[in-house]
Amino acid sequence: MRQWNVARQGLKAIGRWAVGASVAALMAGAAWANSGNVYVSSEKDNKLFVFNGKGDRLAEIPTCERPRHMMFSLDRKQIFVCCGNSNELGVVDVATNKMVRTMALGDSPEIFDFNADQSVIYVSIEEENVMAAYDMKSGSRLFDIATAGEPEGIYVMPSGKIAYVTSEVGNVVHVMDLENRKVLKDLKVGKRPRRFTPSADGKEVWVSNELSNSISVIDTATHTVKDTIVFKIQGMRNTDVQPVGMVLSKDGKSMWVGLGPSQRAAQVDMATRKVLQLVQVGKRAWNVGMSPDGKTLYVVNGLSDDVTVVDVSGSQARAVRTVASGRVPHSALVMP
Amino acid sequence: MIGRFWPGVLGVVLALSGLPVSWAASTHVVGVVELNGDPRYSPRRTERAYPGHPTSRAAEGLRLGLSDSGYELRSQGLSVDVHVVAVREASELPAALKELSARKVGHLVADLPPELLGALVQQAPGAMGSVVIFNTSQDDDGLRGTHCAPFLLHTLPSRAMLNDALAQFLAARKWTQVLSLTGPSPGDALQQQAMERSARRFGVRLVEQKPFKLTGDPRERDLGNVRLLTANRQADVVWVNDADGEFARTVPYNNNLPRPVVGASGLTPLAWHPQHERFGAPQLSRRFIRQTSKPMVGHDWASWIAGRAIAAALLAHPKGPVSEQLRALRSGAITLDGFKGKQLTFRSWDGQLRQPVFLSHGDGVAGMAPMDGVLHPTDVMDTLGFEERESACRRRQ
Repeated sequence: MRQWNVARQGLKAIGRWAVGASVAALMAGAAWANSGNVYVSSEKDNKLFVFNGKGDRLAEIPTCERPRHMMFSLDRKQIFVCCGNSNELGVVDVATNKMVRTMALGDSPEIFDFNADQSVIYVSIEEENVMAAYDMKSGSRLFDIATAGEPEGIYVMPSGKIAYVTSEVGNVVHVMDLENRKVLKDLKVGKRPRRFTPSADGKEVWVSNELSNSISVIDTATHTVKDTIVFKIQGMRNTDVQPVGMVLSKDGKSMWVGLGPSQRAAQVDMATRKVLQLVQVGKRAWNVGMSPDGKTLYVVNGLSDDVTVVDVSGSQARAVRTVASGRVPHSALVMP
Repeated sequence: MIGRFWPGVLGVVLALSGLPVSWAASTHVVGVVELNGDPRYSPRRTERAYPGHPTSRAAEGLRLGLSDSGYELRSQGLSVDVHVVAVREASELPAALKELSARKVGHLVADLPPELLGALVQQAPGAMGSVVIFNTSQDDDGLRGTHCAPFLLHTLPSRAMLNDALAQFLAARKWTQVLSLTGPSPGDALQQQAMERSARRFGVRLVEQKPFKLTGDPRERDLGNVRLLTANRQADVVWVNDADGEFARTVPYNNNLPRPVVGASGLTPLAWHPQHERFGAPQLSRRFIRQTSKPMVGHDWASWIAGRAIAAALLAHPKGPVSEQLRALRSGAITLDGFKGKQLTFRSWDGQLRQPVFLSHGDGVAGMAPMDGVLHPTDVMDTLGFEERESACRRRQ
């Protein structure tokens, strides 16, 4: 999932300003090199495949083993990638397309998030049933917070004090107090909760429930589930509708959701919770990313080993291209 | 009869995991009935690791399943203990059931041969009152058909499901001309019946059916010599019906013509394969191997998902009664995540858990049934096994 989406940038930017004016100033007017490039992690090829916005393959970057979730550094000069088999965080230099260093993590890390200045990384460690915090400078493990089975999605709120963590097996979202290093409460959500994406204003966080064909909407003020969006696609069995990855549209008014074996991505209106449109993509539509101009959606298809490039600029989205992206692609990260 | 008790299994697991343990207000006991000296689990047998045969007792998978549900159970103030009773013969069942009844067991996992399982199903309601029995180790179609019971649920795929899965795979690959080899045992004959039914359903043609015998007797070499048995040039594949597994193991690469071997060896339909890599399967397989030092096989998965089903039933109806939990399970109101990419439910008509089936070989998984393109009006997983209109089960409620 492309966690570095529009809303996330906005929210995290607040924290960044507080951390250092120099970093914020750097970010403010920069025209990023490689803007619009798409980085796709391939779990079985141990590579990131680099595409331009049209889907032309530009490069392959060897990484640590089983690369999965990715995020950019604040200056966009590096990509952090979690490697689930070698139990590392890989650091990729964007300019040279090379992995320049690694940092040891726990057993089977998958999804991660940072505090505002990226000095601390929070990682779901699947095999240890913990959310682990690491110091990015020293690589030392700062603390763990125990979770239910197979923690996965992580969202650290802009304040840096609260994190949400999904448990795939426990079917809950843990609300974690990062300062006191404990679980404040558990939110019962659907089956096999996966990933988070916040709304543009940060008042909601959506969590995808893969085996309940639904999304739970969490109110970030009260840490309660305020709404549940159930997907029903005409002519499709509910069991084949399995939401996982989500990304906001550029205007923040809708969310695009990959719907798994239904081979569809759905655009959902944030206000009405209604599905606005569906577009056919590849097998097991998994994680999704959005181009900086908001006109192109990238859908990573976990079973067909490709990425569907979807034109979402018009009133009706249409798949325009499918590009091979290595064996078992996991996530797409788009350079803003 | 030997009883073994794991008090507070989940509490121990949670303590080890670092989660705060508050002893639950409500503790439930899940019973396991197994056969002492069960030949399926003799060390010499399990070390052979025939595909589709058990290698660990059901209690192992059950404990992992309950442990995986531990967080949810604990959050609801529930705790589950496991009590294992081993009987040497059917005559010991009444005492075993009395013991389980004294512990207020409402959920039983049966890890028994078919005849003992049948006896357990007959005796359990009288001895224990309301009870749910999970069959985790027998694929027998009769237990789902004429010998079914309303309180008997099956988490291992039936023989019909396994054969349907294999036939679907062959149809999808257009390897539809089959030479079958069938052994002399009653189990082999049942396997042959299931193969014939599946072949009819999915357009697979049995071009020749031959008996085999596990023998080195030169006078019987037409029955025991794999090359002589497999010379049919019309066949696309060789399908071996061997409930034991020993003969089947000798067929791949020893057959006369370059043809794939399927069935009891070669490409085998299984409930689980430890090398499956999708849908979170590696994490589950790793947890099992950490617990038992053995790879997770289909029978282990079946007992694991039974533990998950029991936990789900307790979470749905924590105060019971067991009959209500059973109703929820059989009605499809309770769905299970089996790490196979689908929500799983029990069929109302025969108590069988719907599930995808792996088409597997020694190294990995070649496919997963239902195959792409197979259609069904209500649930594509019902293309595996007996549908409601075909079911011989009359005791459904």
